[in-house]
Amino acid sequence: METQAFQKIYTKISNLTKATIMLKATDVGYDEMALVHGRIGQVVKIMGDNVVLQIFGGTEGIPTNAEVVFLGRPPQLKVSDQLAGRFFNAFGDPIDGGPEVEGKIVDTGGPSVNPVRRAQPSQLIATGIAGIDLNNSLVTGQKIPFFADPDQPYNQVMANVALRAEADKIILGGMGLSNDDYLYFKNVFDNAGALDRIVSFVNTTEDPPVERLLIPDMALTAAEYFAHEKQEKVLVLLTDMTLFADALSIVSNRMDQIPSKDSMPGSLYSDLARIYEKAVQFPHGGSITIIAVTTLNGGDITHAIPDNTGYITEGQLFLRMDSDVGKVIVDPFRSLSRLKQLVIGTQTREDHPQVMNAAIRLYADAANAKTKQDNGFDLTDYDERTIKFAKEYAVQLLAVDLNIDTVEMLDRTWQLFKDNFSREEVVVRQEFVDKYWK
Amino acid sequence: MERKNKTTGTVAGIIANLVIVKVDGPVAQNEIGFIYHPENKLMAEVIKITGDNVFVQVFESTRGLKIGAKVEFENHLLEVTLGPGILSRNYDGLQNDLDKMEGVFLKRGDYTDPLDREKKWDWTPIAKKGDKVSAGSWLGEVPENGNPHRIMVPFKMEGVYTVKNIVEAGSYIVDDVIATVSDAEGNDIQLTMVQKWPVKVAIKAYDNKPRPFKLLETGIRTMDTLNPIVEGGTGFIPGPFGTGKTVLQHAISKYAEADIVIIAACGERANEVVEIFTEFPELEDPRTGRKLIERTIIIANTSNMPVAAREASVYTAMTLGEYYRSMGLKVLLMADSTSRWAQALREMSNRLEELPGPDAFPMDLTAIISSFYARAGFVYLNNGESGSITFIGTVSPAGGNLKEPVTESTRKAARCFYGLNQDRADSKRYPAIDPIDSYSKYLEYPEVQSYLLERIGEGWLDKVAKTKTLLLRGREAMEQINILGDDGVPMEFHERFWNSELIDAVILQQDSFDDVDANCPMPRQKYMLEKVLDITDKKFTFETFEDLSGFFKRIINHLKQMNYAEWDSDKFRNYEAELEDMMKERLN
Repeated sequence: METQAFQKIYTKISNLTKATIMLKATDVGYDEMALVHGRIGQVVKIMGDNVVLQIFGGTEGIPTNAEVVFLGRPPQLKVSDQLAGRFFNAFGDPIDGGPEVEGKIVDTGGPSVNPVRRAQPSQLIATGIAGIDLNNSLVTGQKIPFFADPDQPYNQVMANVALRAEADKIILGGMGLSNDDYLYFKNVFDNAGALDRIVSFVNTTEDPPVERLLIPDMALTAAEYFAHEKQEKVLVLLTDMTLFADALSIVSNRMDQIPSKDSMPGSLYSDLARIYEKAVQFPHGGSITIIAVTTLNGGDITHAIPDNTGYITEGQLFLRMDSDVGKVIVDPFRSLSRLKQLVIGTQTREDHPQVMNAAIRLYADAANAKTKQDNGFDLTDYDERTIKFAKEYAVQLLAVDLNIDTVEMLDRTWQLFKDNFSREEVVVRQEFVDKYWK
Repeated sequence: MERKNKTTGTVAGIIANLVIVKVDGPVAQNEIGFIYHPENKLMAEVIKITGDNVFVQVFESTRGLKIGAKVEFENHLLEVTLGPGILSRNYDGLQNDLDKMEGVFLKRGDYTDPLDREKKWDWTPIAKKGDKVSAGSWLGEVPENGNPHRIMVPFKMEGVYTVKNIVEAGSYIVDDVIATVSDAEGNDIQLTMVQKWPVKVAIKAYDNKPRPFKLLETGIRTMDTLNPIVEGGTGFIPGPFGTGKTVLQHAISKYAEADIVIIAACGERANEVVEIFTEFPELEDPRTGRKLIERTIIIANTSNMPVAAREASVYTAMTLGEYYRSMGLKVLLMADSTSRWAQALREMSNRLEELPGPDAFPMDLTAIISSFYARAGFVYLNNGESGSITFIGTVSPAGGNLKEPVTESTRKAARCFYGLNQDRADSKRYPAIDPIDSYSKYLEYPEVQSYLLERIGEGWLDKVAKTKTLLLRGREAMEQINILGDDGVPMEFHERFWNSELIDAVILQQDSFDDVDANCPMPRQKYMLEKVLDITDKKFTFETFEDLSGFFKRIINHLKQMNYAEWDSDKFRNYEAELEDMMKERLN
């Protein structure tokens, strides 16, 4: 990190907490970065000549006479094609042993796109996973998280999705990533020969947690460069946003803010929205698609983090272990893609919307039948058939280990309908039944 | 608030978008000020004053702002500009025209004119020389996208004036003087087509506000038939995420029979606004044949735009609604979502270090929400004409819990409750409005009751009540079946359950993505309800409950195909005939 000649150096810190310091200083801008005892900090509050800084690496060992230098700029990243294939930390410094990146300096966390300058997301992203492509199709310019318990293989599924998505660039924002997962991503991308399409900003569990707060802005600033200036299709992976939100609550707590639900700051919605809303489809064809991970606590989606996320993102992909078939599935009830209506039945086969809904309705009937079974009641013939259908549907379509195209997905579903039900039981528009019930 | 000189001040403290300003003169609560930032002036609003320290919320990012920056106060509150040319515009929360901004990214401090100053309008005078006029009196009109846009005496003018001169019919720009009026003392005042009004103050230039009584058709069966909203009524739609709030709101704004639709996208997703930008210019208004966008105003403060402007956006939308209501038009105002507005209030309250109320929301949340909803309504204007604002807000309850403060406060203010149910959404029964928990208080109004009986037909209310009873009975029967098992209950229970399933599938569920089913006019709603109730009255014979459920599934399938078919088409009649045949076989 740079320091320049003739910069004013402050050496008298008046207050210290675990994450913040206060000192007297003048001519300081809001959001400005500073070097404090060699660590990076950012201005979060100014009252007269009292300036409060949040110290990303924590304040352990910072003495009251530490040197404080204000850098006169907000967080920045150098952007250019040289970013491709590289790994960086939360401050945008290389961690892969490679050289510094040369390029244009851009402020991170910049302004949002004027809504009237956006285009409607319109391009299907095929992932080969029917729980996504069939029931919750993704579209370029969309933002969607995986909701998953920590023991679900969300990073693996996400890596698969990323590689199959045919993106020009994949930008990984890793927050609180375990070293093993970090190496996993590195290996998977390397083995797929995709490393030159990938830019990574990584904060591992070994790094200070508050540093994570910078990761999404770094990743999205790089994404905006490729999507807007280079007009590329960019896919941004953010994992794990729950750990990002936890870091927000640490800082707000240190600043004595009144917490709202689940000890989260009252501004959680706006803080998360600022990140996710960077997803965009530009009229010139470039796009930013965000796929994130929000880990849950025992599947609880009412916690403030998944709850606020759900209101911001365009749906969610809920991963769950289906114990009936012993596979991880994309839960068709709890999952949703709000943008699927823009592509299903138009970019996919005409019967897609109706087949999708009919299958989920029958799957819901199976859930009711299972409740009946659990309560010790006799099952009707229809109940038996729905339960059989649900098992086959879970293995052949919902499981995340699939890699087939949407035509195959639809044909498989019709086959399951035919194997288990009569035409009237599958409420689908007559013309599709006539055409596809073979 | 008349001052000779502008009060000025300097920035003394910054916490995110809360800025503390030391001032040298008088300022008013909610007064607008501009902070001089190296690149641009940043707009801010006064929210608290202690001595010389004035707390302002800045409608922009404060990044890079320094202590000592100059601030200038404007002598007025946050205002909107009213005049012809507002329809089909896309504004931000402060009424800046988004289309006039340059570049792909929003630049802070970029304030654009809400009106087109060059465009010529075809003016026809209404008032005559010598007429006595007051605030809100119609002076003349210009056609705006098929609606008569009345040019009124500015709402800020108090007392009675005499029209001294009014220009002849012809073509004028908005800033041309179109009338001269004189006050009691004989002072002349020149009027143009433009006026300004502070957004947080209700426009009350009307004679009286009676209880609303006219049905407002939305084309959505579960609303119009079971829990109708009325012209000038208020309603709210709470629902956990993913239960279809936005799709429902868009459906209402497409098909409701309003002259003007104002959509306030308040802290919501930008792609949803883009959907409106993309679709509304293509879709036809079924009543006028014009494009939907022509009757629509969009106020877009998406979730990544500055928080303080989010709060302003709902007031901006309401004020534009009041302006069009004063012209004798039917306005439908949709705000998605009022929870985001409440959260904006919470963020500011938190930075002001106010003592928090429940869930850290400000203590006066209920009062703020109530007084906002109170601005909607049906009014008789001073000239005997009528106008209305129907307001529907969505609420995004945290964790889907309807006991949270925003939902509870809204419940006290709104008269219709359309609760979205997670279980219905999970099983894709859309719209997911819960038919039993939801209500419309308007059904209890005698004036609404007689309006419905007269317009829809004798016995309509009894049919609605009967439908609700059947749904409730069906739910009870289902609970019993779940407890006792299919064989453990008498056949009657299965019949009750399937009667309610029939109503659910054919009346409650509606496919917003199907060209035909998306909009169901009242005569069709009546026809289908009567058809369905007729079936529930029939006595069929069944051997077993499986026999019964199989039969009901088949007739539901047929009735659904009827919903998908063009009204009264051959296809529709064919399905109906087949249905009758199927039923004949089963009748005693």
